Amino acid sequence: MLHFENSAVEIKNLTKVFGEHTVLNNLNFDIPKGKITTILGFSGAGKSTLLKHILGLHKPTSGQINVLDRDLSKMSEVDLREFRQKFGMLFQYAALFDSMTAKQNVEFPLKEFTSMTPEEVNNRAETLLESVGLEEFSHNKLPSELSGGMRKRVGLARALALSPDIMLYDEPTTGLDPITTKMVNDLIVETGEIHKEQQMSSIIISHDVQATLKISDYVAFLNRGNIVEYLPASEFAKSEHPLVQEFINL
Amino acid sequence: MEMVQGRFENFVSGIGRVIIQNINGLGSIFKFMLSFFYWAVRPPIRPRLLFEQLEFIGNKSIFIITLAGSFTGMVMAYQTYFGFQLINVDSLVGPVTAISLARELAPVLTGLIVAGRAGAAMAAQIGTMKVTEQVDALEVMGINSVQYLAVPRIIAGTLSVPMLSVFFLFIGNVGSYFVGTKALAIDEAIYLSKLGDFMFLTDIWQGVIKAFFFGFVVSVIGTYFGFSVTKGAEGVGKGTNLAVVWGMISVLVLDYFLTSFLVQVL
Repeated sequence: MLHFENSAVEIKNLTKVFGEHTVLNNLNFDIPKGKITTILGFSGAGKSTLLKHILGLHKPTSGQINVLDRDLSKMSEVDLREFRQKFGMLFQYAALFDSMTAKQNVEFPLKEFTSMTPEEVNNRAETLLESVGLEEFSHNKLPSELSGGMRKRVGLARALALSPDIMLYDEPTTGLDPITTKMVNDLIVETGEIHKEQQMSSIIISHDVQATLKISDYVAFLNRGNIVEYLPASEFAKSEHPLVQEFINL
Repeated sequence: MEMVQGRFENFVSGIGRVIIQNINGLGSIFKFMLSFFYWAVRPPIRPRLLFEQLEFIGNKSIFIITLAGSFTGMVMAYQTYFGFQLINVDSLVGPVTAISLARELAPVLTGLIVAGRAGAAMAAQIGTMKVTEQVDALEVMGINSVQYLAVPRIIAGTLSVPMLSVFFLFIGNVGSYFVGTKALAIDEAIYLSKLGDFMFLTDIWQGVIKAFFFGFVVSVIGTYFGFSVTKGAEGVGKGTNLAVVWGMISVLVLDYFLTSFLVQVL
């Protein structure tokens, strides 16, 4: 199992039980700073539950999660809410606010959490939308008027608005056509490159093995609430673990 | 014999399950209500969201309240006249209609209309946001979804229903006055003087207090069922349906308890 000197997330003996069902089982796992780490696994393996623990949306039944050197279990609800501003998240279907235009979606976190003037907010939103390649004529369109790929771009711009230290991607390419999948993968890599100086860490939850191996630095395989394999992406395909081989060859 | 016993056990356990489910549901609504009070008094205050909801629940309900109020007043005047005419007290049509409207019809019908219109919209809007992960997006940003989505809707509903109820009362009385004096030929001076003799401010207050509670309950139920939505479009439909049904039932049940309390204290 991999351990890092400079970790963005440290998970120690994490167990989560819902009723009689153990979803995460004594999990130990480090995620490095400034790298792209992907968590692969079958449906029901506990990936989304793990993501919610990293965000502090779920409390562990036992164990500890340190994010950016802070123990989430010792933080109050108010502190946790403030701390979440260090995260950006791209949802599977972008989760844009459907009553707001693309630009208003990006402006939303800036208006909520910064003391920027309306002009500064406007400029920052436009810069972000341009940086993810959304053309100007789409800035004032509602999410329902945008294609799936465009919505992902806006979702990414919104997630980056507050310059997060950790970017989370929940199934970023599931259900997309090959061209849009490539576009999203390129965006993830570009985003990591652009924010390399601030050591932004990217965590991807995915089923898409081929894309994962292309864009990730490290890949972990989660099965029944436990990490059964955790390797640099270049070595992951050579793993001899039977479940990993089964997953890759599906 | 064993088969009968088995059926009886199933029947009793079925009833028990329904009772437990309903108690659980009541507990969840109560917990949701407590979280509303907790987040309503915490910063940041978002007046823009409150005004948007006041505009939607209050302003945009005026047309339907005008229609419902005027026709309710007119029908009440007719029905009261045909009853009172039999005992030669048709001059009391004005005050009887006005008191009925003030104490019961205006707050109850306004509550039911808002439950059907705004309660359903609240459940559908929040439910759709829930299934499309927009509520999760708020939480991930560090914004409490109850504070952002429920608080402005519940405050706006609680403030709007009393105002709409007073408007309903006014329009209903205008309708009743025209039917009474023009169609039923009751003398205008008698109609107005009897109205002044028998109608008091406490009648109006009783209706306003009831409407305040109806607005609160309907909005809490609308937002609660919105947050309870699961399973996609089907879930949104189910949540919206439950919000309307329980919103309306709550108005009618609460009306009895509020009436029995208010007639004693006012």
